[in-house]
Amino acid sequence: MSDSSKAVRVGIEGVFYSLTHVPDLVRYGSKPSREIRAHPQLSEELKKRLRPFPEATAYAPHQVYIGNITPEELSGLPKPWYEKLIEGAGMQGRFGDLVDQDHFYSLLAGSDQFDLVTLEEKWFQDHGVKHTNGRAPRLRSLAEVQMLCDKGAFSLYSGDTLVGAFEAGHAEDTNLTEEVLLENLAAKVTAAHSLRALLKQLQMNPGDVDYVISCSEEAIGDRYNRGGGNLAKAIAEDVGCENASGSDTKAFCAGPMYAMVHGASLIQSGVCRNVAVVAGGSLAKLGMKFESHLKKGMPVLEDVLGSFAVILRAAESNEPCVRLDSAAFHPVRGGASPQAMAEFLAEKPLAKLGMKLTDVDRYAVELHNPEITLPSGSGDVPRTNYLTLAALAVMRGQIQKNQMEDFVRSRGMIGYAPTQGHIPSAIVYLGHAMDALRNGKISNAMFIAKGSLFLGRMTQLSDGCSFLVERNEN
Amino acid sequence: MLQGKKVIAIGERDGVPGPVIAECLGGAGLEVVFQVTECFV
Repeated sequence: MSDSSKAVRVGIEGVFYSLTHVPDLVRYGSKPSREIRAHPQLSEELKKRLRPFPEATAYAPHQVYIGNITPEELSGLPKPWYEKLIEGAGMQGRFGDLVDQDHFYSLLAGSDQFDLVTLEEKWFQDHGVKHTNGRAPRLRSLAEVQMLCDKGAFSLYSGDTLVGAFEAGHAEDTNLTEEVLLENLAAKVTAAHSLRALLKQLQMNPGDVDYVISCSEEAIGDRYNRGGGNLAKAIAEDVGCENASGSDTKAFCAGPMYAMVHGASLIQSGVCRNVAVVAGGSLAKLGMKFESHLKKGMPVLEDVLGSFAVILRAAESNEPCVRLDSAAFHPVRGGASPQAMAEFLAEKPLAKLGMKLTDVDRYAVELHNPEITLPSGSGDVPRTNYLTLAALAVMRGQIQKNQMEDFVRSRGMIGYAPTQGHIPSAIVYLGHAMDALRNGKISNAMFIAKGSLFLGRMTQLSDGCSFLVERNEN
Repeated sequence: MLQGKKVIAIGERDGVPGPVIAECLGGAGLEVVFQVTECFV
């Protein structure tokens, strides 16, 4: 086992996860919008298979996401989960919540500083006003909202009812279209919601946050600085972290792992006392596999925006912490194969600490919900990753080949996160890991995330980052 | 039998990456006209 006395640990003060249910924005996801443009009849088919909020709330993987059910309990629940809903499920979780679409539209309007969002006044008085936060929304009559949509603004619906419009930020700039700005503002408000809720849960003053790191998957900027970023500071402002600045950390789905390492390093170096790591949801990924879900007669399950917030600070005795000296990055020379990933992100960093693959009680990998991915032929992503780790343990003589399934069962877990890119990539397990560390069910957990750099057409490389989480025994 | 055949190699992040497929197929005498790695999640 590792030499714990030399460990470099940074405390995890708390984590909050949120799922924002936006069924009427699924049509604006990248895949649905392209397919509907090519096959307009899909629009009606899609609408028929969208879930109401109570069904999204009672969906077992979502209850795992917000902390009311453990991943271990989920693996014992009957399938299909979208039919076997959890009776009495609530929208508040032990370390998360679900937000409905009305609330989201109000948050969107309240965070908009550029008159991008217009809400229909009667709908707002009936459904939105109770969620008001931030700036007063721009309200107009239904006829005026309709006119904005006729001129090209995105229509914001609640079921079949037009309730608002989302306009472009510039007449010509393709980086400030309604499509791009809705994606960016959705990331901002969902991340801000998670951070606000976390600070409230921790009874922490927003003014005590020194630095915010956003690892969301958007690209903010105009035509001269596409992806220029710093959504982090916009989130800090939205939440009232008036003493904080921030910056963005981007590494595709591995962004949250890098952000955690960067944040922990700011604490360890003494530059900051409290760092918030946050991410908002990815609107582009809504309905990514909707065609497969329609073909199988399933509800369209990719109808939520995922977000999270973590507060890092100096480690406290017996509390969960990031083991900073375990942090590992996938190097350029590493090669893109899953085996190379497992070697550089698990085997080598563990060996550096004098540990074996079998010394880790739980691995958090790409925890995509298989009920979403299997119908499209994308496989059970977590299981594939766990089998790779198990196979490496066999190759190194740490387990026998006939123990691979046991390795997967005892050190892995079933996937439960929506396909929101950065959200399922290990970080989604942090809340459950903190619970399991505190109640002694595990003594450590290794978080491993991968990033698909090749999607940006700048390199053929993949990427990844990992670290251990454990209790501070000092 | 495969010598000189043209092939498109589509790899997957959590499986076998495109360049690895291309190298194997190229070594077997196929002509890889396009290879790419995709991420399906």
